[in-house]
Amino acid sequence: MNWFENGWGLSLIVFLPVIGAAVVLAMPKAKEAAIKWVALIFALVTLALSVVLAVQFDYSAADTYQFGTPIDTPWISAINAHFHIAVDGISLPMVVLAALITVLVIIYSWNHWPEPHNPKLLLAFVLILATGMTGTFVALDLVLFFVFFEVVLLPMYFMIGIWGDTSIRIVPVFGWKMEMRLYASLKFFVFTLFGSAFMLLGFIALYFKSEEFLGYRSFSIVELSDLGAAGVFVGTFGMLVFLGLFLGFAVKVPMWPLHTWLPDAHTAAPTIGSVILAAILLKLGTYGFIRIAIPILPDEALRWAPFIGVLAVIGIIYGSFACLAQTDMKRLIAYSSVGHMGFVMLGIATMTDVGINAAIIGMVAHGLITGLLFFIAGSMSHRYHTRDMRRIGGTMVKMPKMGVLLGFAAMASLGLPALAGFWGEFMALLASFDPNPLIGETSLFRGLMVFGAIGTVLTAGYMLYMLRNVDFGSPSAEFADTPLEDVDTAEWLAWTPLVLLTLAVGIFPGIIFNATNDAVISLVAKAFGG
Amino acid sequence: MNLLATIIPQIILATEEGGHAEEAAHAIVPGITSGALVEWAWLIPVVPLVAAFLIVFFGRKSPFKGWLMAELSIGFVAVYGTVLFVLNATQGIVYEGQVEIARIGELTLEWGWMVDGLSIMMYFLVGVVGLLVFTYAKSYMHGDIRFTWFFASFSLFAGGMLVLVASPNMIQLIVGWELVGVASYLLIGHYWEDLTNVDAANTAFMVNKVADAGLFLGVIIMAVSVGSFRFNDVIDVVVHGEEGALSQYAFWAGLLIFIGAMGKSAQFPLHIWLPDAMAGPTPVSALMHAATMVTAGVYLLGRLFPFYIDPSGLFGGDVRNIIIVIGGITLFLMGFLAVVQDDLKKVLAYSTVSQLGYMVAAMGAGAYTAGLFHLFTHAFFKALLFLAAGSIIHAVHSNNMVDMGGLRKKMPITFWTFVMGTLALVGIFPFAGFFSKDEILASIRYAGESGQEVANLILFLGIAGAFLTAFYMMRLVALTFFGTYKGHAKPHESPKMMVYPMIGLAFFALTAGWVNIPGVYTGFTTWVATREPLTGMGDHHSESFDWTLVAITSAVVATSLVIAWLLYGKDADTQSERDRFRIPGLWPLFQNLYYIPSFYMRAIVRPIMGPMANAVLWFDMHVIDAVVNGVGAGSVVFARVVRATDEDVVDTVYNATAAATGASGSVLRKAVSGRVQQYAAFSFIGVLVIVVLFIVF
Repeated sequence: MNWFENGWGLSLIVFLPVIGAAVVLAMPKAKEAAIKWVALIFALVTLALSVVLAVQFDYSAADTYQFGTPIDTPWISAINAHFHIAVDGISLPMVVLAALITVLVIIYSWNHWPEPHNPKLLLAFVLILATGMTGTFVALDLVLFFVFFEVVLLPMYFMIGIWGDTSIRIVPVFGWKMEMRLYASLKFFVFTLFGSAFMLLGFIALYFKSEEFLGYRSFSIVELSDLGAAGVFVGTFGMLVFLGLFLGFAVKVPMWPLHTWLPDAHTAAPTIGSVILAAILLKLGTYGFIRIAIPILPDEALRWAPFIGVLAVIGIIYGSFACLAQTDMKRLIAYSSVGHMGFVMLGIATMTDVGINAAIIGMVAHGLITGLLFFIAGSMSHRYHTRDMRRIGGTMVKMPKMGVLLGFAAMASLGLPALAGFWGEFMALLASFDPNPLIGETSLFRGLMVFGAIGTVLTAGYMLYMLRNVDFGSPSAEFADTPLEDVDTAEWLAWTPLVLLTLAVGIFPGIIFNATNDAVISLVAKAFGG
Repeated sequence: MNLLATIIPQIILATEEGGHAEEAAHAIVPGITSGALVEWAWLIPVVPLVAAFLIVFFGRKSPFKGWLMAELSIGFVAVYGTVLFVLNATQGIVYEGQVEIARIGELTLEWGWMVDGLSIMMYFLVGVVGLLVFTYAKSYMHGDIRFTWFFASFSLFAGGMLVLVASPNMIQLIVGWELVGVASYLLIGHYWEDLTNVDAANTAFMVNKVADAGLFLGVIIMAVSVGSFRFNDVIDVVVHGEEGALSQYAFWAGLLIFIGAMGKSAQFPLHIWLPDAMAGPTPVSALMHAATMVTAGVYLLGRLFPFYIDPSGLFGGDVRNIIIVIGGITLFLMGFLAVVQDDLKKVLAYSTVSQLGYMVAAMGAGAYTAGLFHLFTHAFFKALLFLAAGSIIHAVHSNNMVDMGGLRKKMPITFWTFVMGTLALVGIFPFAGFFSKDEILASIRYAGESGQEVANLILFLGIAGAFLTAFYMMRLVALTFFGTYKGHAKPHESPKMMVYPMIGLAFFALTAGWVNIPGVYTGFTTWVATREPLTGMGDHHSESFDWTLVAITSAVVATSLVIAWLLYGKDADTQSERDRFRIPGLWPLFQNLYYIPSFYMRAIVRPIMGPMANAVLWFDMHVIDAVVNGVGAGSVVFARVVRATDEDVVDTVYNATAAATGASGSVLRKAVSGRVQQYAAFSFIGVLVIVVLFIVF
């Protein structure tokens, strides 16, 4: 397919969903079936294209940008911003994952509509999100990156705010009484915006500073990375810019202690919102570290690596403890994300090829597994009308298939070897034993490794605790006589790919590593020399 | 002529170009190093795993509701394992197959399969014992609510163990290791309607997970130091005595890996899960306590044996003293616990822990062959004892020995096979345990004489352990089979499908020890040796029996049997009358398992689940989140002030933002009353201010 060569194919993957959103919005609201089909077809075509992309991808040159638009494709000439998009081995898995999750979410929604209904608007938001997410992963221009990064904000904000949990939440300390969905959506929006404001600031600073070395101002990630590799962004300037980027990305990940928007957003969001949030949105932050912060500011990345590593491990342990105290199933899964993303950040903080590879496979695995967990938790709370694990019990009796799937997802989430989650955790720990020597804090990282390993034990602890309460035992009196439908067709269709991919990536991690390894090795070599 | 040297060839890496040229010089007789037989051996772990999946999906509609698939798959392993076992015994087999699955940094990830003495012994054990137990289980589990599911989990259990023992690298070892763990979780919690069973399963999983964390770290240190996950690359470094990263971190790597082994092989103080694991159906115990799972730790010590025996003194030699002490403590302390149990299966469970202590102590003494030999014989007679116990439980509908007694006449085959298992476990000539336990004690004595001082102490514990073993087994036999029947059900001999596997195992309980008789026939020694360098590494094979030791242990065992018979042989109405020698201070200590489980509960589990977890959550909501909400609320206030003072600037930004947000947001605008836009406006002002600062500076 020649039109993949000059960036048209990739552009189509990015913008097809938003075109779909426009089409959906133009359709009459009453024609729900037609709206669903249109949305699904747009998502499916996008997925098909991204699979073609993955097949056509030259894995022997995974460290080069492929299928891209020319680097000088004009966009906003006034600020020298270009429409430069491309994929390499690092972004390819994320692009495919985003397209896949979009399709699964639409399939799942087929007969699971959160109130107040309105499929037209919800599906339009899902499709806009898809464009924003994919765009972020392929953007090679900071302005473009920023725009896509922010595009996801509004649809998610509305998704939580409109279709979210309507129960009243009393905010501790302040005593505000607010609807859960309003509190959560507000917090999500403001928190993320707060972070990205500093990120934007960093981008702008880089833009002005680049003139000193290039003779012109540039937002190009490629050009800035070259400058970064030459070690020009240093000193106070480098530090401030890195902090700006750090805030933007760390909020999104989210890293402890910037994580408190996450449990609220996840708990309040409708099922598909939680899935998209967990599966893709959180990865925008970690991806930003790998694609932007490390290559452009390698010296600062090294300087702050111990700090990031410590925060990551605090997140792992802290998230696990918070999980152990939960009674709300969705909240437990949300806090587990803090822990899992802690492993991803620990991998990144080692600044080694093994660690960053671990981070990427960890991102993909978390997307698959936590996506599945949120799907299941959503379906279960839909049936039980509660997320309280003290009230649910004996799901293996009431809905054996659902129970088995939850068991599978929980086992995958606790990092069972031969399932996808294992590689990210184990390799992150391995990388921490042997972090980049330029950091000069090897002993610290070895200590972090030990705490990370303790984290894997705690993770097993809360996952088993959840299974004990939700899956096992006998159904409580409350639900003993209520007939509950086991996994339905739409759920099977949406979940089976996640189950199969969790197995496939677990047994053949090469599916991911073959794409990422060369790209990561070259990224690390370029940023840190040799 | 050293038989070993003639039989054990080099590791030849069939899929690797070049191989190990330097070591090839050592090879004397290659034996079987290639060919379809070994190249297709990857089927051994794969077939039961595939069967497990097929049973889940198609089991209910297949013949015998999935049992047949399970039986055929384990039968395949048994046949393949036996063929390999026989060929290895006659010709020697060494082969290692690898398939690269990924590269990460400079490391290579592979799936592979070992076909060497150590792995072949395990294939044989898992296959043969597994086949007999699976056959037995069809009848035992008849009418179970989750019959099909049981055989799926059972196949997964066997398959996971085979993945583990087939593994040529540490990653695959971990995969098999945890597959066994998760399968055991499913099997222990088989009756999950009752939460006590689920708790037992959770305990097993969590204790193993704690140990696994040690294994993870040990493997990481070892793999990073060597630059490879392959056992053979680690062993090459050890054999050549290369100083470097591995020698630098050897103690920690060795200790952490041993902690992993302690978990699976239920060594003190990580033994608590194994008796709890009795919550699962009895066939599970038979497999778990014999060929599968608990043997994994001993197997791993065997696989890394050169590292621990450490001829150059650079590597894991120091850890061996820890290993032998842990083994010694386990075999001694756990023996007492078996004495005070009233639950038939629990007596056997603590007996297993105690016997595992012997194996681990042997490994710690540097006695590779002795440790594996006991693993080999124990697998048969312990599986037999559990199957016979299951037969009893099946008949009397109770685990408790209070409900038994006098079963000798009612269940004659069960009685006689059980007695054979007992004689093997206690170590009576010519039953299997006699030879393997003697070899362990002889090796520990040899280690003591060769300078490992702590071994002298462990030798005493070992002999005392033999006393305890004989005592609790005689007690068990007396309480169960002699006296009068006290139960309520009407016991009768079990069906043929259950009895035949017991007879099969009884045959092995008698004969399995004859493959390694000092001075007569020591074939086993050569069968399990994996590569030539092992022979020169202090593994001691005595040329004849250590007659002094044989005399001492035999006397000790005989005395113990007599004492136990005198105490328990006489019938009594209640258990407490029989246990009339209860020692006031010690009896509660033993019955409460030295208070170790309650210590874990009070010192670790409850504080973590309760105060610590709650404190973190409280901190999250009342401190971190309060800061966030406070900053948010403060910004709103501040934004209002700014707006009041600088209408123009703010309004411009405000309107711009509002326009963007509002375009799609009419639904929510009312609800949040513009607060979002205010926040947004504030953020943008902040940005502008800092941009200006940047440009200036």
